[in-house]
Amino acid sequence: MVRYVIKKILFMLLSLFVLASATFFLMKAIPGNPFQSEKNIPPAIQQMLYERYGFDQPVWKQYLNYMGNLLQLDLGTSMKQQYVTVETVIKNGFGYSLQLGVLAILVSIVVGVLLGLVAALNHRKFLDGFTIFIAVLGVSIPNFVVASALQYIFGVQLRWFNVTGLYEPLDYVLPVIALSFLPTAFIARLTRSSMLEVLSADYIKTARSKGLSGRVILVKHALRNAILPVVTYVGPMTANIITGSVIVEQIFGIGGLGKDFVSSITNRDYTLIMGLTLFYAVILMIARLITDIAYGFVDPRIKLTRGKGGS
Amino acid sequence: MSDQTLKKEDFAKLNRSEQPKELVVRESISAWKDAWIRLKENKLAMISLVILVIIALFAIFAQMMTPYDYKTNDLSSTNLPPSTEHWFGTDALGRDMFERTWMGTGISLQVGLYAALVDLALGVIIGGIMGYYGGKVDEILNRFCEIMYSIPSMLVVILLIVVLEPSMFTIVLALSITGWINMAWIVRGQVMQLKNQEYVLAARTIGASTSRIMFKHLIPNAMGPIIVTITMTVPSAIFAEAFLSFLGLGVQSPAASLGTLINDALKAMTVYPWRMLFPAILISLTMLCFNIFGDGLRDALDPKMKK
Repeated sequence: MVRYVIKKILFMLLSLFVLASATFFLMKAIPGNPFQSEKNIPPAIQQMLYERYGFDQPVWKQYLNYMGNLLQLDLGTSMKQQYVTVETVIKNGFGYSLQLGVLAILVSIVVGVLLGLVAALNHRKFLDGFTIFIAVLGVSIPNFVVASALQYIFGVQLRWFNVTGLYEPLDYVLPVIALSFLPTAFIARLTRSSMLEVLSADYIKTARSKGLSGRVILVKHALRNAILPVVTYVGPMTANIITGSVIVEQIFGIGGLGKDFVSSITNRDYTLIMGLTLFYAVILMIARLITDIAYGFVDPRIKLTRGKGGS
Repeated sequence: MSDQTLKKEDFAKLNRSEQPKELVVRESISAWKDAWIRLKENKLAMISLVILVIIALFAIFAQMMTPYDYKTNDLSSTNLPPSTEHWFGTDALGRDMFERTWMGTGISLQVGLYAALVDLALGVIIGGIMGYYGGKVDEILNRFCEIMYSIPSMLVVILLIVVLEPSMFTIVLALSITGWINMAWIVRGQVMQLKNQEYVLAARTIGASTSRIMFKHLIPNAMGPIIVTITMTVPSAIFAEAFLSFLGLGVQSPAASLGTLINDALKAMTVYPWRMLFPAILISLTMLCFNIFGDGLRDALDPKMKK
């Protein structure tokens, strides 16, 4: 177990190293540099800018510096916002994104599992069909369509909620719905199909013939096993929520990390792009690690001694 | 039985043509035909297929249906609502939204299809090599895939496009740099399963070359999962492209994809909501149909996988 986790962490660090190097050299491969676009800069100032960001040094030295700074968790300074470090940007923005993300994860798990349960218990009846329909819709409608439709209907037309911003508790409703739309649909589908499988298993028949109450069978025997596939979805769900947050924050005008990411790209603020990319990558990899470890805990049939190895 | 003694006449030669050895009562059905019959029974999947064909036809022929095109500005008729003149209205530069919407649909579909095709080519070749040769080759390639896979793909795609300048070519390139891994793993799994079957051993015994075994025996038999994966890749590539457009990294003006159209419409949504409506409906409908059709295809090609 411990060996498995250590192996996974080492692997994660290797991946991060590859990503960091790739981003560094990709950014260096862009012709010109970020300061050439600003016109009429006196050569002396240009020289100072170069020195400040280390552009006067050979590339390998810049790379070593960059990696050295990364080891000390220093992600550098923004190139477009003066004296703003990437760290500050993350500190200011991540709070909002985290709140929204955690709320969205909770909502998707609760609503998704419930929907899946209801569907499986009403197999081939109206509620089942209805849930499948919602689930397919949820997977198919892009979240920016969902977000802007919600904003237009409930914010602009009905005026039930504020159109933008995140100041009072009610403001969380629309962004969280938009963020959790896809994961909810996915979890509902997963829960439904694994619940159907579990319900026809022999141990459920045994439990029933022992005369256990329907509720005990459902919660203690069926749901516990049916929930396993949902655990594997935690990793991809985090990825979904991160891409979703980029969109949702932009649409609802929330000053979270996703919005910073979009503006860093439009401004071509390279250090900020690199820093935020790495930050997102770390979050995603941690989510995957948690998934892997959690899966071993909930399902004793999985032995964590060997990697899953692809297929 | 034992009482009877066998006489020489009992061993008379039967005329061969008298009794056919086995009678084929029904027309023989190939696996593909069988799958097609199952698919035809799935009404939702067939409806999705028809809708997809209609959408594709509109995307191809829409420019012949109106006197306008997607890029001509007409500043005397900007921001018009839908009318008999401009069926989907016009945008801020007076460009006809009907033309732009279908043009965008075409580009989104192309991005999806090309990305799926590149995934197919790379995935089949690399996955095939991994599965067929196994051993050290498989180990090394698999490690490589795992590292690539552990890097969040959307971030790689964004970084690449920031560097490469957005165009349809770079978007497809960036999407398939990470996209092929999934396909490679599916092909690898299939090939590993199939390569020890008798018919492959038989082919090898009579001296068939590796490429012949690969493309005549292994790949055709792994086609079911491959096709399903392709159908599922298309909607996710369409979504990925739309997401890139949202970051301003999509197809550049005057060309447009559904994603760029939606992104443009968002900025003026409170005033001109109809500009949002048609691209949003089309992107959702396309992805919905691909998803339903893909589900149906999976059920039809592999009844065992049916959920």
